[in-house]
Amino acid sequence: MDRRKSIKTLVVGSMAAGVLAEACKQADNKPAEAAETAKETAGTGINRMAEEKAYAKTLEGKVFFTPEEMATITILGDIIIPRDEVSGSASDAKVPEFIGFIVIDMPEHQTPMRGGLRWLDLQCLNRYSKPFKDCTHQQQMEIVDEIAWPAKAKPEMTQGVAFFNLLRNLVASGFYTSEIGVKDLGYMGNVPNQWNGVPDEVLKQYNLAYTEKELKECISFS
Amino acid sequence: MGDLQIKKQSKQYDAVIVGSGAGGGMAAYVLAHAGLKVCLLEAGPMFDPKTDSNQLKNPWESPRRGASTKFRPFGDFDGCYWGWEIDGEPYTHKNDTKWEWWRARMLGGRTNHWGRISLRFGPKDFKRKSIDGLGEDWPIGYEDIKPYYDRIDQLLGVFGTNEGLPNDPDGIFLPPPKPRLHELFIRKAATGAGVPVIPSRLSILTKQINKERGNCFFCAQCGRSCKVYGDFSASSCLVIPALKTGNLDLVTNAMAREVLTNKEGLATGISYVNKDDMQEYQVYGRTVVLGASACESARLLLNSKSPRHPNGLANSSNVVGKYLHDSTGADMGGVIPALLDRKRYNEDGVGGMHVYTPWWLDNKKLDFPRGYHIEYGGGFSQPSYGFSWGMEELSDYFNLKGRSMEAGGYGATLKKDYRALFGTRIAMAGRGEAIAREDSYCEIDPEVVDKYGIPVLRFNTSYTDHEIKQAKHMKETFAEILHNMGAIALWGHKDGPENNYGLHAPGNIIHEAGTVRMGNDPRHSPLNKFCQAHDCKNLFVVDGGPFVSQADKNITWTILALSMRTSEHIIDELKNNHI
Repeated sequence: MDRRKSIKTLVVGSMAAGVLAEACKQADNKPAEAAETAKETAGTGINRMAEEKAYAKTLEGKVFFTPEEMATITILGDIIIPRDEVSGSASDAKVPEFIGFIVIDMPEHQTPMRGGLRWLDLQCLNRYSKPFKDCTHQQQMEIVDEIAWPAKAKPEMTQGVAFFNLLRNLVASGFYTSEIGVKDLGYMGNVPNQWNGVPDEVLKQYNLAYTEKELKECISFS
Repeated sequence: MGDLQIKKQSKQYDAVIVGSGAGGGMAAYVLAHAGLKVCLLEAGPMFDPKTDSNQLKNPWESPRRGASTKFRPFGDFDGCYWGWEIDGEPYTHKNDTKWEWWRARMLGGRTNHWGRISLRFGPKDFKRKSIDGLGEDWPIGYEDIKPYYDRIDQLLGVFGTNEGLPNDPDGIFLPPPKPRLHELFIRKAATGAGVPVIPSRLSILTKQINKERGNCFFCAQCGRSCKVYGDFSASSCLVIPALKTGNLDLVTNAMAREVLTNKEGLATGISYVNKDDMQEYQVYGRTVVLGASACESARLLLNSKSPRHPNGLANSSNVVGKYLHDSTGADMGGVIPALLDRKRYNEDGVGGMHVYTPWWLDNKKLDFPRGYHIEYGGGFSQPSYGFSWGMEELSDYFNLKGRSMEAGGYGATLKKDYRALFGTRIAMAGRGEAIAREDSYCEIDPEVVDKYGIPVLRFNTSYTDHEIKQAKHMKETFAEILHNMGAIALWGHKDGPENNYGLHAPGNIIHEAGTVRMGNDPRHSPLNKFCQAHDCKNLFVVDGGPFVSQADKNITWTILALSMRTSEHIIDELKNNHI
């Protein structure tokens, strides 16, 4: 998925929405071939047509990442999204489990993830004689700092930057679509509502106002 | 499977309809309510939004967090079964054609998830050749179809405002919702650039219109289909009510193979595959109505060869499949820095934009024909897979409250960045009119069949300078609007001549039309002005096929109006024993 396209997914509420949202997923049409993992599947209570149910069955029980890889993903996830004064961490929101599932559902993430984790471990082995997960926190943060800032990263670290970008994006996807993450963002929709326009204090804040025509013609609720 | 045999239904219907979307659904509704005995074939399964919608699900209820699959290209909660690819149902391309073909397989078809943008064609839209010499005029004008628009507005419900615009006719509107915050930013910026912004016109019930349907409760999820029938879908508003008349037999999972004809060349029914038992069936009627979608209906006609119709049914003109065209499309989006760390509230609104821009310029002063409208998006939408994707390239643009947001990052600072950016993004999408051309077409692939053994479509389409220059103009407009509101473009702003200014592949906008066009001259058009085949008087087409041109308006409202008009013509013709 290319980033330019994927940004579109978040922007476009509902309008021509789909067309844009869909653009980032063209690559996901391949069947989940020989991936080996994952427990979570169908998503209970979601309407599925027969073909989707059959596909969900093929995902059942598949596991891709090794326990060592999952441990590394968990550490990195909590570095990217740690607990803070507002909300919990990536692992609190079960982001590692989400990533474990999504690479089964979207096999195109498998090689970049596996290879990126291996790249990271090799860096650590060369520097600290240990794979990433067994390094000290300080060592871990040293290497993370070299791949977390694309504008500042050294040329020899670009593969690591690309891996960390993907991981950051997957972690954000997993976290902000969890119950913890949605609450953190303060998203207040997805409930029956009566849309009465932008709150007055917000209009004032931005020096905006509805026209008389709008106030007369638009639906309002008292 | 047992022995393969053809099962012939003994019941003789007044009408056999193929397809249950806007066109077929409206035909079923009108004919069944008139007391005719109707059989409706749908290639997919039953779908009732009341029980089957994924409305009000939370993102974590999907294991892929709402990401798309090949089964639901618009996301895991979307209200449409299938999309660009269907297992076992290929289509092919000729030359370097990029055509993308969306196909729904379910009761109600694509109307379960469409954008509900319900625009009337204007007087000029029916007479474009007379204005710019390109394409063809319709055999009908706005005055012929206006009464049907009026009735559909009232029957199905659409909000909007009467603006007195010459080519964007007034309607019978429910009150629109007030603009959201980003839409007020857009209105201010666009108006400053001379681009009008008016309330959108969507078939969503801001007020209740009858007892069968509830009113909108502003969850912004029309794309998932509505459990209270608060928006228009052919399933909830046409076919399900038609079933209640007792005059309609619905056959789901019925994949039409061909239109059957008799020695006189008249249509006698449809042969189809039942996807449940994989047996072959035939169903008979006094009339046959195709609403399978512009391309599927063309495919059916081209696959229905007989001694009387050796070139395919209703195709003595050799025009079936030709003049295929989709809306043009180009997009751009970005972030409004003024909205960083904005106050939270529920701004879901209706499922779609509250404002839009109708075409506003005079082509005489431009280097391309025909126009486009602009759709707008943005705001606090429900997070889903892909949320804030791309922080590695994005956050260095901002200086927030004295803190420079640096690209990439991690940790507590990154969490603050995600929060700050939530609800700051906007998107603009131009949707314009392409020219229908004889050399942009679909045809039967001579070698490839689908898993039912039905020959498939092969596409041969292209764009010309007309469409490319339109896309260029869209991009210039978008850039100016973004600039005026102090927004930062993040995508779609780097397109140029090397990629046709980001012009979408044809088919991608999913407004395909023109394959079975209407016209007064049987040598150049398969259908007459009532969407009745010149070569086969008891055969009708009610989807996007009959469109001579498609305006810069989304075509659904016009499909509905034409289908209602054609259906009433069928009733008259049957009553008068003309067919």
